[in-house]
Parts: sequence; structure tokens; C-alpha cells
Amino acid sequence: MTRLIDVASVIRSKNAGPYELTFDIIFQDRFWFEEAKRVNLINSGLICSLYGIEEKDVLDIIAFEPANAIKATIKRPLVSGAIGETDVYGAQQHAPLLSLKFGDD
Amino acid sequence: MTANASIKVLSPTAILGYGFPEKSFAAAMLLNPDVIAVDAGSSDPGPYYLGAGVSFTNRAAVKRDLRIMLTAARERNIPVLVGSAGGCGARPHLDWTVDIVKEIAAEEQLSGRLAVIPADVSKELLVSSMASGRLVALPPGDPASEDDVGSSTYVVAQMGEEPLIAALQAGADVIIAGRCYDPAVFAAVPINCGFDRALALHMGKILECAAIASTPGSGSDCMIGTLDAEGFVLETVNPERVCTISSVAAHTLYEKSDPYRLPGPGGALDLHQTKFEQLENGRVRVTGTRFIPSDDYFVKVEGARPLGFRTVSIAGARGPDFIAKVDEIIAGVRARVEDNFRQMPTGSWELIFRTYGRDGVMGALEPQRDLTPHELGIVIEAIAKTQDDADTICSFARSTMLHFGYPGRVSTAGNLAFPYSPSDFKAGQVYAFSLYHLLKVADPVSPFPFQLVNLEDRA
Repeated sequence: MTRLIDVASVIRSKNAGPYELTFDIIFQDRFWFEEAKRVNLINSGLICSLYGIEEKDVLDIIAFEPANAIKATIKRPLVSGAIGETDVYGAQQHAPLLSLKFGDD
Repeated sequence: MTANASIKVLSPTAILGYGFPEKSFAAAMLLNPDVIAVDAGSSDPGPYYLGAGVSFTNRAAVKRDLRIMLTAARERNIPVLVGSAGGCGARPHLDWTVDIVKEIAAEEQLSGRLAVIPADVSKELLVSSMASGRLVALPPGDPASEDDVGSSTYVVAQMGEEPLIAALQAGADVIIAGRCYDPAVFAAVPINCGFDRALALHMGKILECAAIASTPGSGSDCMIGTLDAEGFVLETVNPERVCTISSVAAHTLYEKSDPYRLPGPGGALDLHQTKFEQLENGRVRVTGTRFIPSDDYFVKVEGARPLGFRTVSIAGARGPDFIAKVDEIIAGVRARVEDNFRQMPTGSWELIFRTYGRDGVMGALEPQRDLTPHELGIVIEAIAKTQDDADTICSFARSTMLHFGYPGRVSTAGNLAFPYSPSDFKAGQVYAFSLYHLLKVADPVSPFPFQLVNLEDRA
């Protein structure tokens, strides 16, 4: 079983403006980037289940070839800095992605 | 149009005040940059800094960076451009930065023409724009209301490169600009010299975070971009860092939702045809980026409004029975606070309990909320209309939680460990973003009129 953490060089989250949170997965090489696309590793249903959000709040999932990267963007649960905010920069929301694996358990 | 075939832009640091090694800066100056530009701002640190009109960067750190940049640039007679001055680029941030520049000019006996470009937007313009449909929502945000405008302390718009070019053409040697589209300060001089707008802006997009786009990345080291007719080359000056296709392309993803289409004032950069090419000596060449102008010219506006005052108390818990029952204990404490201060109008205060070790970092997005940690960090937070009321709610919630009796309680001397005395902290005024919208403007320059003064003039 190949773990995402073993084939990705970057797994991160960050604000994309105050309304959106964006996740970047940058693969170590083209092979695993292509493999992730082939098996549709990062999909809307997965993001929903990892973060407990609804499908309508997954705004975009894009593969960016020049960086061997897949990017997913979700609506922030709160506008950045609103009362109740837990992560103003959105920089520590990536952890649920770390446990992803290719294929079935 | 310049006679030169290429133009070199130096970005010393990701944010003015984040610093850079003097050795890197000296090495960069040996490459004879044509302009030094720096982005001083971001909306990332949240609404407080815009709303309160204060910088999120430190004055002494900003002065240190500016002194090195200004003295080197005036000596060689090359322009210096600072965008989003003071972090948020509203009038107080701009004045704060200009004050630092004037201080340095006096201390270093610098002379030259200083352009100051405010980015504030008047409430009158916002209200009339709303009425005529020229203030539009930026999904997933909601449309603006009159109250959003009226309650804002400061509202700024992100200028494009055009107001900066107007100041350059008027003879500015140093430009201190209010809120800017991040790439604008890097692109203005090249575009004014006749270089391609798309390539200049894309280069600016990468340079705005300086050496973050190299590897190992750093927000406090220099990066140089050299633009020619067909593309641009990025390089570091610190031998410990290199630019790779991966580091440069990866930066294109950063803080963006769609890396192929990067919208900005007047249109969007289109990266579908962009090529990244590795050159020797840790350099990367970028070509093929296009700019797709929009039919109308929109600028992004940002505003913040005050919500009240905050007081926090920091504590920890180690008792397994307390940790297992923390949700019911929090509910019990909340009920006691509500009952005790029934005379305070409903909705005039808020009480938040943060549980670090469980879901303090991810809140609603946390998938592992049901794991029981052996230790819990607790932040009690009260927000109310006045600091006194916030102090009252926080203090009462803290003392109630400390001695709260719950079924099965073993440790009857106190439920919480406080690292500090005093245990409660006044966090001051609380702000929220009130506006993050697009404003249609008749032309890119007139909303951002500059003032030209001399560096050597005393205010």
C-alpha cells in the first residue's frame, strides 16, 4: 500500500483570500501525479468525508501539471478572523490528508 | 520603449520587515538590478490590522529593511517601489511607512522624488457604487450591504500597476503605495519600459514572495527576476538556495484557488500555455503566460469593522474524568454564566471555549474529535461590547470552570491548571472583515491619485 505522504513532497493548506481554504498536494514525480489522477485520488467525496463538509462547499479540484500538483479548494467554515476562528492563516488544516493511501486498505 | 533587451527586478524579502541577509542583498546589487520592489502587505493576518489601522510588521524591522534598500537605490539612482504599505495599505498604514521613509531620508541625507499613493475608498463612492451595481460580490462571499460599508473603519482597494506607472512618469524615484495587487510593484517599471504586461505580472506574482519560490524556500531572502521580450528568468543570490521548476511552479499554486487563471485588476493571467524550463546554476525560465483583459476594470476592495472587545483566559486540564466530560462541563459553565448575567442583553456578548488537544486547531473541520487526549489546553474567550463586559464574562467563566462540580469528580480542589497570574488577558478590540468585493472603476488610475514630494523635505 503506497501512502500519499511517501510520494508527495508537499501537503499543505492555506487561505486563498478570506473566504476560501486551499489544499496543495505536490507529488515528488510525474509518475505519482499521473497515478493520483488516474485513480481520482483527490475527489470531492473524499474531501467531504475527510473534513465533514457538504459537497457544495468543495469549490474546485484542479490538477496543475507544471508542478505535478493537485489542488482542492473549499469554502472556509468561517470567514478568516471571524468570531470563533481557529486558524486565521488556514495553515494547519492539512493533517487529514496525511493519512491518505493509494488503493483499498 | 527602453533600448535594453532585458530588465532586472530585485525582490529583497517576501514582506517588508521580514528581513533579508545583507550578504544576499550585496550580491544582488552586484547583478545591477534596474529596480528594487517589495510587497509590504497581505490580508492573511486577518481583519484586525486593517480595521485598527496598525501594521502587523514591526517598525524597527521595517526601518532596517527600508534603510538598506533606499540607500542602495538612491546611490545608483534606481527606483524603489513599496506596495501595500504598512501591511494593509490604508491611510494610517501609509502614513506610518512614509514617516519611516522620511526618518531614514533625514538620517542618511537622501534626496529624490517620493510619490505617495493612497488606496482608501470613500464610503460615498462605495454606497453609490452599490446602488448602481458596480460593487459586486466575490463568491463564495455575499453581496455587500450598506451596513457593511457604514460600519467599516477602513476600506482600501487593490490598485493595479497603472497608478504606479503614473507616478513613475511624473518622476518618482521612490513610490510608497497603499493597498496594491501584489505583483503590481514588480511589474510597473518593466511595463512602463515597454515590456509585456502578462510576463511582467507573472514575474511579479512569483517575486512578491521573494525566495519562497526557491528551495529551500525562505520569506526572508532575495530573489531576482530578469524579464526580456519572450520570458523571464528567476534566480536567487544565496548559494544555499536554487530555483527549480518545482519550486517556481509550486509557488504559482500558493494562496490561489485556480493556478491556471490568476485574476487581478483589469483581467486575469492565463497560465495554460506557460512553460517552465530549468537553466543551469539554479535558475528557471518562464515563458508563454498570457493576459486576458476583462471587459470592465474591477479592483478588489477590502474593509474591516469593529465588533467589540475580547478577553481570554488560558488554562490546561490533566484529569481524565474532567477531560472525558468536558463538553457537559462547558455546557454547565455556559448556563451558569448566562444565568448570572441575565441583565446583560442577549447577544451583547459571546463566550467561546477552545479545547486544544482535541479540536482547537481545526474546529468544525476536525475529523478526530472523539479521541480522548491525556491533556487538554483550554482557552476561554469572551467578546462583548466593552472591555469591562468582556473581562466580566471571561473572569466569571474562568472561576466557574475552575470550581465546577460535576458527577464523579475526584479532584475537588480545582479543575484547571493556569500557567499565568493574572490568568486573564485583555486582547483589545476585535474586528471582522466587512468587505471583500469587486469594485468597477471607470479607469485604473483616477481612484489612486498620488502626491509627489521630496525625500529631503521635512514634514
